[in-house]
Amino acid sequence: MNKWTRRAFISAGVVAGGGLLVGVALRPGNLADDLQDVVAAEGETLVHAFLKIDQNNVVTMIVPHAELGQGAQTALAQMAAEEMDADWDLVRIEEAPALGEYAAYAMGRGVLFKDLPLPNAVVPTIDGVMMRVADAMSLQITGGSLSVRATGQYGMRVAGAATKDMLRQAAANAWNVPVEEIETENSILLHRATSRSEPYATFAPDAAGMTPSYTPKLKDIDAFSIIGRSVDRLDIPSKVDGTAKFALDTRLPGMVYATTRRAPVFGGSVLRVNDGEARKIGGVIDVITLPSSQSDASVGGYGATGESVAVVAESYWSAQQGLDALEIEWDAKGNGAVSTETIYAQHARDISASEGRESDLSVGDIDAAFSAAAEVVEAEYRVPYLAHTCMEPLNATAHVSGGSCEIWVGCQNPLGFRREVAETLGLDEERVTLHNCFMGGGFGRKSRSDWAVQTARIAQAVGKPVQLIWSREEDVRQDFYRPASTSRFRAALDDQGVPQGWQNTYVNKQEPVEAPLVPYAIAAQDIGYLQSASHVPWGAWRSVDESQHGFFTESFIDECAIAAGQDPYAYRAALLADRPRLRAVLDKAAQEADWKTPLGAGRGRGIAIKESFGSIVAEVVEVSLRGGEIKIDRVVAVIDPGVAVTPDGLKAQVESGIIFGLTAAIYGDITIEDGAVQQSNFHDYEMLRMSTAPKIETHIINSGHDMGGAGEPGTPPAAPALANAIFAATGQRIRDLPLARDMTFSV
Amino acid sequence: MKTTLSVNGTLRDVETDPSKPLLWVLREDLALTGTKFGCGMAQCGACTVMVDGVAIRSCVTPVEIVEGQEIVTIEGLAPGDGGLHPLQKAWIEHQVPQCGYCQSGQLMSAAALLNDTPNPSDAEINDAMEGNICRCGMYGRIRDAIKTAAREKGQTNE
Repeated sequence: MNKWTRRAFISAGVVAGGGLLVGVALRPGNLADDLQDVVAAEGETLVHAFLKIDQNNVVTMIVPHAELGQGAQTALAQMAAEEMDADWDLVRIEEAPALGEYAAYAMGRGVLFKDLPLPNAVVPTIDGVMMRVADAMSLQITGGSLSVRATGQYGMRVAGAATKDMLRQAAANAWNVPVEEIETENSILLHRATSRSEPYATFAPDAAGMTPSYTPKLKDIDAFSIIGRSVDRLDIPSKVDGTAKFALDTRLPGMVYATTRRAPVFGGSVLRVNDGEARKIGGVIDVITLPSSQSDASVGGYGATGESVAVVAESYWSAQQGLDALEIEWDAKGNGAVSTETIYAQHARDISASEGRESDLSVGDIDAAFSAAAEVVEAEYRVPYLAHTCMEPLNATAHVSGGSCEIWVGCQNPLGFRREVAETLGLDEERVTLHNCFMGGGFGRKSRSDWAVQTARIAQAVGKPVQLIWSREEDVRQDFYRPASTSRFRAALDDQGVPQGWQNTYVNKQEPVEAPLVPYAIAAQDIGYLQSASHVPWGAWRSVDESQHGFFTESFIDECAIAAGQDPYAYRAALLADRPRLRAVLDKAAQEADWKTPLGAGRGRGIAIKESFGSIVAEVVEVSLRGGEIKIDRVVAVIDPGVAVTPDGLKAQVESGIIFGLTAAIYGDITIEDGAVQQSNFHDYEMLRMSTAPKIETHIINSGHDMGGAGEPGTPPAAPALANAIFAATGQRIRDLPLARDMTFSV
Repeated sequence: MKTTLSVNGTLRDVETDPSKPLLWVLREDLALTGTKFGCGMAQCGACTVMVDGVAIRSCVTPVEIVEGQEIVTIEGLAPGDGGLHPLQKAWIEHQVPQCGYCQSGQLMSAAALLNDTPNPSDAEINDAMEGNICRCGMYGRIRDAIKTAAREKGQTNE
């Protein structure tokens, strides 16, 4: 009934009530040689996509990715439904529970087959030390815009197509007709010649006894009718009537509440706590000092979390009052003098010294290019630390009793969280049940398990169900930040203004590795970096390194265009002559934004393009200067995601990514003083709001290439397109973010 | 202290600290979890409910202040006949929510706006919705959905 091949595992089985269950797994086969000795053993089951059909002909897709607002669950269900010709109205979605069998194995496959990179950002929660391929196998991560690209492509579509084939065979057997004559539509099997038709459910039990094909024929793009349809998202009705369950909405009998404060200087410890006043507050139950995270130090110093103090009370309100009444003396562990200023100074020193500079790319003769240059353009850019500020502050609810733990949380990596909670409590993973809830935003923050580990510790200490809720202040001050970075450029232009040499040195590389690369045809390039570490913990922040490098490279190429006396769009277009996919996106953005229609004085347009996470996005921002204030009048975006699975959902993601990018460009500024974050809440870490958010026009190009990501690619071009527009309108070149430090934005 | 609240048309007695914010009374004492915590200082609007038809931030409103007033939360926004409020319908039509966490607050602010201003201009929408942050950035869709709901409400009333 089960069939193993070198590459894939697919199985069919019966579910209660006589339905059909089909699971697809990809297993380590066909491996890159260097990985042969670390992958899972023969016979190991690593199922990553399931679908089932019940007696009522309802198809349930079991999706191994969390919903943080990106609509991935709906898109994945569409991909399976497409291949099996399901009736979309009878499709349901369930998120896979945090069990090893549901690991997002396609990502492991992506690594093993070298199709897709595993995002480094997820590594710290995987095993804490290094990316070991064996651990990459048990990922259940939502991030890196990989849901559709990996699980959808390799799992959901295969499961859907294999299911359809088995159902057709079952019908052919029962009706005693050739299988080629069986048609499928809307979850119904048809045999036209004999006018017979039956719902899928009729033949589900027969199909369950068959051996599915692991290489079913997938549809060509022209045959898609569900992929490419803007179906309504299945999670939305519950999000308009208050019934959607976020982790914060967990309610257990007898539960109590807790809140915490961690050492304000990252990595700090607790010297002394005076909790006398706190314990006098009505409802306060206990005050507990929590150790620093026991996760091993890894990329970006995940182990750097400091110690914290928790107050447990009958109400969050009491816990918060208790926390405010604590007198805590902290040890800054030597980082008490670090500031944004010292960090930037260190960046500049490290870049100038360039000791141990690592190379991203070295092509052509860079020295010759600069010797022959008619003009050399130089610039240095900086971006600050950024917090995620998900609308739902970090929280989790846990109950530890009888040698087991149950935990409710909204996270981007349920299996990783389960492992870290188990390790913290000294339990086997099987003794930890993790319920993943809707996430009120994620953006990368919820791939780090620090607060879930705190919750488990408190629950263990208290012995009853406890809900830990971080204040917004704690959320802003104890994030894993998009790192501050500095990037220094030199370009050698020839006498036509064409760049012949491109030299770039920046600090703090994380991932994806290709983020600093430019798509332009420049003969000599020398791109490299230095790790200029600070004690401020870094984390994946929507689009990760693409966001800062999008700003750096797309601003600097604009400076080159201006130095060459050329139109910034035409300049880019000429350098993309041999990149037709990018060129098409750039051209369409310029055309839709009426680039060639001149704007009056005090107005300007900026353009930027960035390929990231498998999709290409170009944006044009139009601004005007009104009484010294900047107003964003218009944003035009064009995305080529290969194939848009849910066009309206894709547009929503692009709009969302742009607002995220513009918010950061205009306001985003986490500053460090005396080793700690100075900001605390939305009054000093501001967001775009209704009056300041521009209207966005999004256009999609379905080029038919491999499916790309949706959640992240909209963000990287936003900041440079805006900064370039401000230059066009004012003549002021923006090399330092955020903009609101130097200028005012109007409604 | 015993406090009697009128929530979504029902009188509810709660035994609580009178200074406890309404948000936490709703969520902890009455298990009405549709109203969300976002900032605790009236900066984000996630906790918005209506009190006597006016949008207020429940995270900074001591429960004693609203005793005797009509409190409406997201759970009470729909008319109660099994149908949805025109704003909820428009929210689905425009596929507004992404993560969805801020949407209870957005809807309650919008509902209060339409109570006062059945056909709001863009400037009136800006004013009414300025206190509600959507970190997923769905402001354009929220604006469109408010206009759709205003049109539908207008037709129903005529």
